[in-house]
This record gives sequence, structure tokens and C-alpha cells, in this order.
Amino acid sequence: MELLNRIIPNVMADTGRLFDSVLATLQMTVWSGAVMLVCGLTLGIVLTVTKDGGIMQQKAVYHVLDKIINICRSVPFVIFIAILLPVTKAIMGTKIGVRGVIVPLVVASVPFFARQVETALANVGHGPVEAAQSMGKSPLSIIFTVLLRESIPSIARGTTITLINLIGLTAMAGYVGAGGLGDYAITWGYNYGHYDIIWVSVLFVILIVSVIQFIGNLIAKKNTH
Amino acid sequence: MIKLKNICKTYMLAGQPVEAVKNVTLTINNEDIFGIIGFSGAGKSTLVRCINLLERPTSGQVLIDGKDITQFSAKELRAARRKIGMIFQHFNLMPSRTVLDNVVYALRGSGLSRAQMREKALKLLSLVEIADKAEAYPSNLSGGQKQRVAIARALANDPDILLCDEATSALDPQTTKQILSLLKKLNAEFGITIVLITHEMAAVKEICSRTAVMDHGSVIEEGETFSVFADPQAKLTKDFIATTSNLKKIHALLEDCPAAVPLNENDIVVKLTYTERSVSEPLISAVTQKFGVLLNIVFADVDIVQGAPIGGTVAVISGSREKITEAVKYLIDKNVAVEVIKGGAA
Repeated sequence: MELLNRIIPNVMADTGRLFDSVLATLQMTVWSGAVMLVCGLTLGIVLTVTKDGGIMQQKAVYHVLDKIINICRSVPFVIFIAILLPVTKAIMGTKIGVRGVIVPLVVASVPFFARQVETALANVGHGPVEAAQSMGKSPLSIIFTVLLRESIPSIARGTTITLINLIGLTAMAGYVGAGGLGDYAITWGYNYGHYDIIWVSVLFVILIVSVIQFIGNLIAKKNTH
Repeated sequence: MIKLKNICKTYMLAGQPVEAVKNVTLTINNEDIFGIIGFSGAGKSTLVRCINLLERPTSGQVLIDGKDITQFSAKELRAARRKIGMIFQHFNLMPSRTVLDNVVYALRGSGLSRAQMREKALKLLSLVEIADKAEAYPSNLSGGQKQRVAIARALANDPDILLCDEATSALDPQTTKQILSLLKKLNAEFGITIVLITHEMAAVKEICSRTAVMDHGSVIEEGETFSVFADPQAKLTKDFIATTSNLKKIHALLEDCPAAVPLNENDIVVKLTYTERSVSEPLISAVTQKFGVLLNIVFADVDIVQGAPIGGTVAVISGSREKITEAVKYLIDKNVAVEVIKGGAA
């Protein structure tokens, strides 16, 4: 304790603030991550099956989604926070705090994740899909028992990358007062010249990223034969 | 019985229509092993995919036991596909499932219990002699082993038809032979109709009872494998057969070193090929005795197709011009195709 007080005095002066920041980052990541996972997987699957030569080919659907994703991926996150304010208010009931930043986080990360899923599913290749079709499997069954099942390792890797990106985005959540480690580092660390706060924030982010990467690798490895 | 009626398949490739299959009509009888042979891009893979509608023909009918499956609903088609097994050049096993689970996967939805599915899958794996690998993953198997698993999987729902799309093209000659004899065994034991797509003449020769030759989307020749081999009509068919026969070598031999085949005046070099199944008559002896000519066999290449010899002999016939002519006529009467390669006026 003595040691900590000496090397990171500003952090130790208000550990409650550090705790709140870590919690806020985790909350933002978990909530938006969960929504992103569901939406991104769905979107990635829809893209894969509706594209030319897909098992439920719908070129119009594919092209519309494809363009929307490209547009969304081009918009910087800070702009999303601003232009989505009315939407956030409508969905979450507030424009600020952790609740206020979930919607822009989801909108910003879903298109990226959908592309990751699309690539993962494309890597399954047409062969196993064709084999399943020749056995008389339905398109829905092929989605779950072939496409998703065979791409678990790649989807796990894609999820890891997207979640880590998402943590990067949460650093900007300070704009709407959502707190989090990024905000903690800038507002209480950089602005006051308390560099120990910056280092501790970075340390915690590294910790969270490492845990996510570890879990992702583990899932990928367990499912690769 | 599979009846393909006026099947056409046109793709759009970079805005250009490409006719992959042009107006193909074929009948494949029950319990046949039907070979469809052609060079790459001849449209044979597209055609075989039209049989289970993995490719929907642009026009034409696919009749299986009299029912036009192009008119089936999605659900009816899935039921029909369960009775049409298919194996592929690259096996298309599911890498995340064990060998056993790959077969069990095909059985899902068949109404069997989990234990029954396992039992049946194991039985099928024993049938194709790969049961010892039941718990292995496909990535640990060789090509031939993977194809055996794929065959077991294709047989899971007791199909009446087995479609083989270049099933041996990724395998070495030794393994190819094993897989072909396995297919032959399945045909003989279970009466399963097999449609075999290949660019390897050897595969067709080995097991097919009937053969169709495809070129540029059309079937240019079709018939009993023996007749197609013994008496090819189309130029492409002849080319194909040339790829497996050594008889062509004689031309090179005659040109490059005439000293190897010394000829006297009147002597002719002929190529004799069997076009009928019976070679029981001692034709060569008969000719020499009957006509007093000498027959010197310089080269022979005979293969067995559908249990009958095919191929021929290159021989030099010496004697008087009249006798030689008579001898040649006699051979032709006995259904031996005679091609004069060099010399003589016969």
C-alpha cells in the first residue's frame, strides 16, 4: 500500500474513480458487445446467403446491405455519437452516460463485425455447403450446421478483433459523459498532468484486451481440428 | 431410371451468356454404371449437378423414376435428394466433425435415434473399410480415406443413385483403382445406379457399363462402353481413346526408325482392331493357313473393357498382292477393323 501510494499517488488518492472507470468500460464493452454479436452475426449470415451464388440468393437485399455497411464503416465514431443522439434518446431514453453511448458503439461496430463474419463464412467454402445440399439439408439447417459450425474458429478470432476495437472506441465515450478508462486517463490524468493515472488506465486496458484475446484464442483452438 | 430431356444450362459470366450444357438428352438405366467423359470445361460437372438440381437447368426436364424433379417444391426436392447420394473431387467433408459424425450428420432428420444413427454410420464405415478411423478428423486422413468417408456419407440414406463428380481425379492411380472397385462393389451388391463424371478414360474403362462423351456442352457419342471404345465415331472420342492406348506409338516407330520394321515389296503394315466381343477364333493362324501369307506381329496392345478384349495388333503381312488382299477382306468379314498403315495396294 505504501509502495502504491508512492508510485501512483494520484490514482490512490481516489480509487473509487478508477473503479468506476473500469466498471464503465466493462459495462460499455459487455452491453454493446452482446448486441453487436447478435446483430453482426445475423447481418453477416444474411450477407453470405443472399450474395450471388449464396444458398438463398437475393441480389437486391445483398447490394442494399452491402452499401449500408460500407457507408457506416466510413463514418468516424465521434460523428456517430453526434448524429445518433436523437436515435439514442428514442431507444435508451437518455443521450448521456453509459446508456447514451451503447447505441453509437453498436452502430459503429456491427458493420465491422458483419464483415468479419462474412469473411469467416466465406472461408467455409462452397464444398461442404454443396455436400449438405446434396444430402437434402434445408438452407436454415445449412446455416447452423455447416456455415456457423465450420467457422467457429474464424468467428471467434473476428469477435476478438472487434471487441478489442470496441474497447478502443469506448475511450471516446467521455464526450457524452459515459466515463470509462479512456475518459479517466484524459480528464483526470492528462489534463492535470497526473501521468500515473494514464499509465494505470493503459495497464487496465491491456489487462482487459489480454483476457479477451486469451478467450478468443482458446475458443478458436478448441474448435480447430 | 434417370431421364434427362433437352437439358440446357446457360450462365451469365461477366455479362456474357455461356452455354455450359446444350440440349442434352440422356437415359440412364437402373443399376447402370454410367460414365460421362470429357475434357475440362466440357460441361459434364454442370450436367451431373442438374441431376440433383444443385444446378437448375435453364430449360429441360430431369425425370427420376418418371417424375420431373424440376417441378418439385423445395421440400419435395430435399426428400428426393436424400435418395441421390453424391461424392466430389475434393471430398467436401466437414472438417469440424469426426469421420463418424460426418456420416451421422447425413442421417440427421431421418427419424433414427442417436444410437441408431451411430450404429448405421459405423456399419457404413465398415462397408467402405474405414471403420478404424471413425473417431479421427478428416484432416488426418489421406485422399483415398476421405473419399471412402464421403462414399459412406453419400450412402447414409440408402440412395438409389450415386453421383460421382470427378471422384477419383484428386487421387493417385493406385487409390483410384481401389475407389473404383469399391464403387463397382456397391453397384453389384446394392444395385445402386452410379453416374460417374471423369476426364480419365481409365476410370470409365475400368467400371462403366455405358459411356457418354461430352464436348462443348453436348453429348457427342453415347453407347455401351465396349462399343464406344471398340468403334469410336467422333473425333474427340478417338482422341480420348488414343490417350490410353499405345497403338498410336507404331506411327512414331515407323517414321522414326524404319529399320525396326523392314518391309519387302508387297508387304503391308496393318493395324488390326477388334470391334466385336468375340476373339475366340484363331484369326491370325486362320489367315496364314488359308491364304498362304505371313503375318509378323510387331506390336500389340490389348486391354480388357467390360470383360472383353479391346485394342489391337500391328502386323506386317507378306505374300503376293492378291493373297494379301484376300486375307484383309477375310479379316474385315470377321469384324476386325483393318487399317493399312504403310505400303501395299490393299
